Amino acid sequence: METAVTTLLDGLVFSSYLFLVSVGLTVIFGVMKILNVAHGSLYAWGAYTSAFLIGVWSEAGLADVGTFLMIAAAALLVGCVLGFVLERGLIRFMYARDEVIVVLATFAAFLILEDVILLVFGVDPYFAYQPMALLGSTEIGGIQRDVYSLTLIGLAVAVGVSLWVGLTRTRWGRLLTAVIHDREVAAAMGIDVTTVYVVTFMLGAVLGALGGAYVAPMVSVAPGFGIEVIVLSFAVVVIGGMGSIPGAAIGALIVGIARAVAVHQLPEVELFVVYGVMAVVLVFRPQGLFAPARARKI
Amino acid sequence: MDWTRLGVTGAALAAAVAASYPAMAKETVIIAVPTFLSGPAAGPFGVPARNGAEMVVDAINAGTLPKPYNTKGFAGATVEALFVDENGGNTKQVSEYRNLVQKRNVDAVIGYISSGSCAALTPVAEELKTLTVFTICGTPRIFEDAPRQYIFRTMSHATSDGVAAAHYIKDVFPGIGSYTGLNQNYAFGQDSWRDFDLSMKVLAPAAKASDKPQFPKIFAGQYGSEISALSLDSAELVHSSFWGGDLEGFIFQASPRGLFENKKVLFTVGGTAIYRLGKKLPDGVIIGARGPYGILARGVKTPLNDWFIKTYVDRYGQYPADPAYQYAQGVLATKIAYDKAATAAGAFPGTEQVTAAFKGMTFESFSTTVTMALADGHQAVTENAFGISKWNDVEGEPGLVNVRFYPAECVNPPGGVTSVEWIEKGMPGAKC
Repeated sequence: METAVTTLLDGLVFSSYLFLVSVGLTVIFGVMKILNVAHGSLYAWGAYTSAFLIGVWSEAGLADVGTFLMIAAAALLVGCVLGFVLERGLIRFMYARDEVIVVLATFAAFLILEDVILLVFGVDPYFAYQPMALLGSTEIGGIQRDVYSLTLIGLAVAVGVSLWVGLTRTRWGRLLTAVIHDREVAAAMGIDVTTVYVVTFMLGAVLGALGGAYVAPMVSVAPGFGIEVIVLSFAVVVIGGMGSIPGAAIGALIVGIARAVAVHQLPEVELFVVYGVMAVVLVFRPQGLFAPARARKI
Repeated sequence: MDWTRLGVTGAALAAAVAASYPAMAKETVIIAVPTFLSGPAAGPFGVPARNGAEMVVDAINAGTLPKPYNTKGFAGATVEALFVDENGGNTKQVSEYRNLVQKRNVDAVIGYISSGSCAALTPVAEELKTLTVFTICGTPRIFEDAPRQYIFRTMSHATSDGVAAAHYIKDVFPGIGSYTGLNQNYAFGQDSWRDFDLSMKVLAPAAKASDKPQFPKIFAGQYGSEISALSLDSAELVHSSFWGGDLEGFIFQASPRGLFENKKVLFTVGGTAIYRLGKKLPDGVIIGARGPYGILARGVKTPLNDWFIKTYVDRYGQYPADPAYQYAQGVLATKIAYDKAATAAGAFPGTEQVTAAFKGMTFESFSTTVTMALADGHQAVTENAFGISKWNDVEGEPGLVNVRFYPAECVNPPGGVTSVEWIEKGMPGAKC
């Protein structure tokens, strides 16, 4: 029983992490049809900025509870600034081009941003343990758990629900849906497509940066931090269906639970679980589990 | 004209030219020093490694190393070091190596941290007939798979970590009844667990191995599930060869979950984390460094080690971590081989003469004695050491207690036998 509870909780925590790091990628793809490889850099910049701001906050002798504000500030700052710069400076020139060109361009942006991280933050890892230490630990299922990683579940649910409500229950969401279905018709109906694209890209960038910013206190934030997350994010998004937010959630849940089961029952196969799940899904549903339906154009 | 005087003068001039020949024949030896300058291993490993190599190269060129190494250069030639990034994967390393040798004309390559790099480069180094000195990478397979001619490794391979760790557990924690592992899922991690597990079966046969040792992906970053699995495992001891950012991330995630209070945790490569984490590394963690390097060398009182620590602290403002020692050791070994080969040849030596001099040599390094004892004189053996972390309140710095040293002949297999065979046969011939 203890093992079952622990496996489930481990799976939920890892799923939440996967959802947070991949949802920004799927939002951008869903609206703009841009496969943003630079997403990994947004994650890394979020983590570095968060760790840096938490360090500054703590060194100033301010209350540790304020470090959570630093996490939010890092996500907003990185997402808004880098998101705006990337969309206006690079992505907008790519809309009419082949998807492969877009992938290559965002990959180039990723490489540049990785080197800029080295220039700005150096090679020494950053530690930002204060938020994790503040929340302490609790006993669940017979073992100690740090409360901070459990809050990942709450954050993922909050982000997922907010996105769902925003897309389906608000005027802005309807505008977005119109652009998703047909950019030209949406523009003809008076929707400012350029603004929709800029805001969507910035939203995706904030979500990517939030993933990194929130994970920063749990890890050693080091160069190369964003590389691993690109692979994981792509796997989750492909399993769920490119551009589907519920798909990203279900994909993250499947991968997270499968990985936790592997760690507890068959540790040797943990390395392959993510890709194994992806391969199985692609064999039976090449478009992913929840790929949005596409209207056929004549 | 006094023909006799002219003849004597000519002969004296010729002798003078001949005497200065070794230095004049080659003014510069170009060495490439690959190390992680980017990626997650750069901070804990790559940068200290670069610093150690750079500091010793400068001292060699200035002739300011302590005696008996205070002659200038490699066989009199100034050393020019090219630092290159080891990050980017094995394919990149192979093409970078070819570029260094074939286009930039380096005379020797000294470095490499990852076992993956070393395994990928071994056939290339042999093909290009270039003196290559591996400094840190641990996999014993480099010399156990086939004999090598141009490759040397100047520190013990990873088997000595597993054997020394098992000795330490047997000596310091004889009551340990069970153990498990947390090792990265690639050659080094798998070999490390195998060697430790086999050594425990020989040295502490009463202790039971867990049937679920953990093998997460290298650079995974998230270890929540693994920490849960280790916590639920009834094993009393956790063995880990984690290194770099993975090691530090794991410590951050495991500390608030009480893993270090509930179990003994042994890090075979923990030496790199101890200075960097300071008080954030819990007390009571068993720490190794594949020999007396880094914090395990703080108590070694020799002129060479005193010089090394003082010069490093003066130059970089911090104590030298394990990789600084290990890269410096590789550079020093190469200087000794060049000098020895030049003396034997009476001229500046070629690669074949340097490799001949390198084979089987014994030398005093900064913190230990190195003997190129294995693989027909290509693989070094040194003593190994482990200790237990304990924050030093008096000095306000990290410290180790209960440090124990194990002789090279105790923790390394003899020549002519593979590590696994030696351990499985009960470590015959080990002198502890």
